Order: sequence, then C-alpha cells, then structure tokens
Amino acid sequence: MKVKQISVFMENQPGRLAAMASCLGDAGINIMALTVAESSDFGVIRLIVNDFEKARKILKDRKFTVAETEVLAVEIPDEPGSLGKVLKVFAEQGLNVEYMYAFVSRRQDALIVFRFDDPDKAISALKNTKVKVLTNEEVLALVK
Amino acid sequence: MKDGGHKIEHRIWNPRYEQMSQDELAQLQLERLQAMLQRVYRNVRCYKKKFDEIHFEPDDLKSLSDLSRLPFTTKDDLRDNYPYGLFAVPLREVVRIHSSSGTTGKPVVVGYTRNDLDTWSELIARIMTAGGVTADDVVQIAFNYGLFTGGFGHHYGAEKIGASVIPASAGNTKRQVMIMQDYKTTALVCTPSYALYLAETMEEMGVDPKTLSLKWGLFGAEPWSERMREEIESRLYITATDNYGLSEVMGPGVSGECLAKNGQHIADDVFIVEVVDPDTLKPVGDGEWGELVITTIHKEAFPVIRYRTRDISRIVPGQCECGRTNRRHARIKGRTDDMLIIRGVNLFPSQIEDLLMRIEGVEPHYQLIVDRINNLDILEVQVECNENVMTDMVKELEALQKRIEREIRELYNVSAKVRLVEPRSIQRFEGKARRVIDKRNL
Repeated sequence: MKVKQISVFMENQPGRLAAMASCLGDAGINIMALTVAESSDFGVIRLIVNDFEKARKILKDRKFTVAETEVLAVEIPDEPGSLGKVLKVFAEQGLNVEYMYAFVSRRQDALIVFRFDDPDKAISALKNTKVKVLTNEEVLALVK
Repeated sequence: MKDGGHKIEHRIWNPRYEQMSQDELAQLQLERLQAMLQRVYRNVRCYKKKFDEIHFEPDDLKSLSDLSRLPFTTKDDLRDNYPYGLFAVPLREVVRIHSSSGTTGKPVVVGYTRNDLDTWSELIARIMTAGGVTADDVVQIAFNYGLFTGGFGHHYGAEKIGASVIPASAGNTKRQVMIMQDYKTTALVCTPSYALYLAETMEEMGVDPKTLSLKWGLFGAEPWSERMREEIESRLYITATDNYGLSEVMGPGVSGECLAKNGQHIADDVFIVEVVDPDTLKPVGDGEWGELVITTIHKEAFPVIRYRTRDISRIVPGQCECGRTNRRHARIKGRTDDMLIIRGVNLFPSQIEDLLMRIEGVEPHYQLIVDRINNLDILEVQVECNENVMTDMVKELEALQKRIEREIRELYNVSAKVRLVEPRSIQRFEGKARRVIDKRNL
C-alpha cells in the first residue's frame, strides 16, 4: 500500500536541478511526481519514479545524497470538496500531514502523495472510506 | 597624535622599569629567571621532567643566553596538563582563573596569585599610559568580561591609573554608543574590528563621532593593519594604539604601543621575548621576522618557559623617541599555525572537527569560510550532507544546522552559521584538505 519516494539533497545553485533531472532522463527513468522543499541554503527534491532502485543507484553514483521514504499515493475524485473530505478523515484520527503533493497523471481521478509520520495508521484510517490507496504496482502501472 | 595637530606628550607610568639601562635590565632578568626556574623545578612535574631529560638543573643557568638550552613549551603541553598541571603554587594561593581555547576540545586554564594580579594591573597601567590614558579619562572596556582575559585584564589596570572605568563588556552595540554619548567616554578598549563596527553603528544611529568625547583607542586581541588604524582614527577621531598579549603568558599587557606608534614596547622586566625561526627554531637577529617565544620571569601561579606563541613578529631595532628603553616588537603579522581569531576569540579548525565527530551521523568533511562584513567577522561552517543525516524533511536538516551552530556557540563562544552542502562540494586537495578559506583582507 505504500510507495517509495526518493529525496535528493541539493544546494541552491543554478544547474543542480537540471543535472539531476538529466541524469535520470539519460537512464530512461520517468519522474511521475515531484516536489521541491527549500530552506534558504538548500533544497530537498522529492520524487516518485518508475524505477526506484535504479534511480537511487544512478543518483548515488553521481554523488547526490539521497534518502528513502515511504509515502501514500491516494486516488480521489477530481471534483470540488474531495480533498477536504480526505483531509478531514486524517484530522479526525489525529494524523498530521507532514507534506503532500499531486501526481502528474492522465487519469480521471486526482492522485495525491501524502507523507505521514505513521503511514500505516493513515492507511487504516482510510480503510472504511471510499478513498483508494494505491499499491506500488498500481502506481508503476500508471506510466504504461 | 590627534588630527596631526598638537605635539605628542609622552607619559611613562613606571620609569624605573620602563627606562632601565640595558645592564640593569639584564641583571634583573637573570635574577628573576633563575628564581623562576628554581620554583618550577620544585613545583611543576612537567617542567622538572623536561629539565631532567636534558640533564639540566636550575643552577646550570649562569647567563641569559643559557635560556636557549631549555626546551620549548607548546600549546599541546598546556592542554596535556589540563586543568591545573602546570600551576606552580597550590590552588589556595590562586585568586583568579581564566582560560583560553586549546587546539582541540579542552581549553587552557591559567591561574593568578594576588601578586600576579598586581603585576598584571601594573602592565596594563603601563600600556594604557603609553596609549595616552590618564587618571582624567573615562575608559569604556568593551571586551568580554569572563573567562577571556580581555575584560578583567584591562579593567584593573585602568583602575590602577585612576581612570573612571566603565565595564561595558562586549556586545549590545547601540547601548555602547549610548554610553559613549551620555557618560562621555574618552578612551575605548576593544578589538580593532569592533571599533570599526561601533563607527558603523554610530553612522546608522545618526550619531556624529565628532560630538563624542573620545580621544584614545587601545586595541588588541586580533591582528590588524596600518590601513585599519588609519580608518579607525579618521572615523572615530581618536588616536589608536595596538597592544598585545595572550592568556597563556598573562593576557593583555605583554606589550603595547606608545604614541610614537612605531612598535609595541615589551614589558621585559616580566617577560623574556625571543624571536625564532619557526622551522629551525633557532633565534633570528633583531629586525628579522620570526615566531615570538615568551618566558615569564615574574609570575607565580602559571609561569611558562619558552612558550611558542605561534605569532609572527620581529624586534624593532633602535631606541624609541618616547624615552622608554624597553625593546619593541612590530605588529603581529600572522600565525605559524591554523588558529583563527574570530571577533577576538581563538578558534582552531580541529576544534570544529572534534565537535562534528561527536554529532552522530555527521562526517568531518567540513570547511570554514571566514569573512569580514561591515567590520564584523563572519564564520560559516560548511558541512557535507551525507546519507546518515539525509531525510526528506527540510525542517530536520535545518534543525541539524541549528544544533551544530548552538554547540559551536556554547563550546567555543563563537557564533557561526552552519550550512549543509552537497558531498564533494568541499574541495579536496591532494594530501591535506584545505579547511579554511579566510577572505578577510586586513
């Protein structure tokens, strides 16, 4: 039910993001979702890719510092109010969303990545709702 | 000399010791040196061991030139005997303790007997008088009062000459300016870079330095230049003199400039200063640059023999127009080790390395960038972000930066900005890593 996210440490300097993107692109890796979190000195690029292990190896070979995190990929109807409903479920369970971002997808529904302190608790909170949590395989199937 | 206007009036605090004949001084130095060697041989195990190793007994010292037979004392010796191992008197006779940073981890602890404090005040009274200060002056001491010797050291010397002393201590710059305005400060004692920072702050506050009562500035605790002196003098409308000292031998007061501003007069009734080639460790001739090596000959609690200061200077040959007969040394030109002086506080790169190694997950791949912005020393510590500390959460990485900053401040009394950088962005040089980039242009 959980998806592996790769995070890359990056100094705030021109060209660094491009260097990372092109080394993944050259290896034929598809970036399916991406978000940048920054401080005044550095940024952390978070990615969902179609081949986690390969992406990690390539980035490490290129001397990037990376971290691995498990996140939730959640499918919600692409209509007004649906994000609010999901967030309300988490709020009622006392679950704090550390951060979230949206997928690039050609599907009807919207795909959102959620980062929780305790992803398992978030999964069970969604069990009795209509919200669908995607498995790793389902996420990878999106690119085909 | 103020504004190039009036004639310089040279005052001398203690003519007996500051205008001794060479013969008389040599005799006094020999007697004091012999007495000191007897005491350390009896009371300090480390020195006794060093003497025994070269089969030297205090009675073997027949003339001042025999001093060069004795081994040097280094900062490592001081650190290895932390905290009290080199004290030559029982702790009950020690009335004051100060400390300075060591090369790694532990600081160097120095002690003073009541007589030592009297000697110290005497030496400060001399350099203050040499720098123009009299009993009529209002002296604002903007050095930190604490373990650092700058504050307390100057304080008692200024009191001794009868000046009105304002123990302002360091920091709170706007308040310093307000004190100068309202209390009518006439003499400022601090680091030269802080003097310029004060000038800058005055400008910001709209305070015209011309309207202040300032006349004298006595500056030390960090290297500075003639160019900086000119800037300080023209911006603050004062006469600025340089003075020198280090806590390992006493603190400030080892030497100080007179109003001729041509070299710092050494208190050579209290210290024997040698200049040696830092590579061969052989003495160099008068006028030649080398490392200052200092022996205290009139100190009870914490005497040092041939202490290698790592400070580069030279003896200024000839007599000074002020009438003092003491020898003079030139401005400190630099150091023979990698010690940094950040806003008057000593810091070794190895201390940062030590600290980083104690923080879990952090590897000691670091670089120190020192700069001077608006006349304030700025230290940036770049630390490589590795997989052990890497996370997807920016706030955790920021917390790590803050934590290292806090530990540097708490342990070494230096405020630094810590910045995580990508691995390999810190240049690796063949052999020894280049740990320090000092962009300060003095």
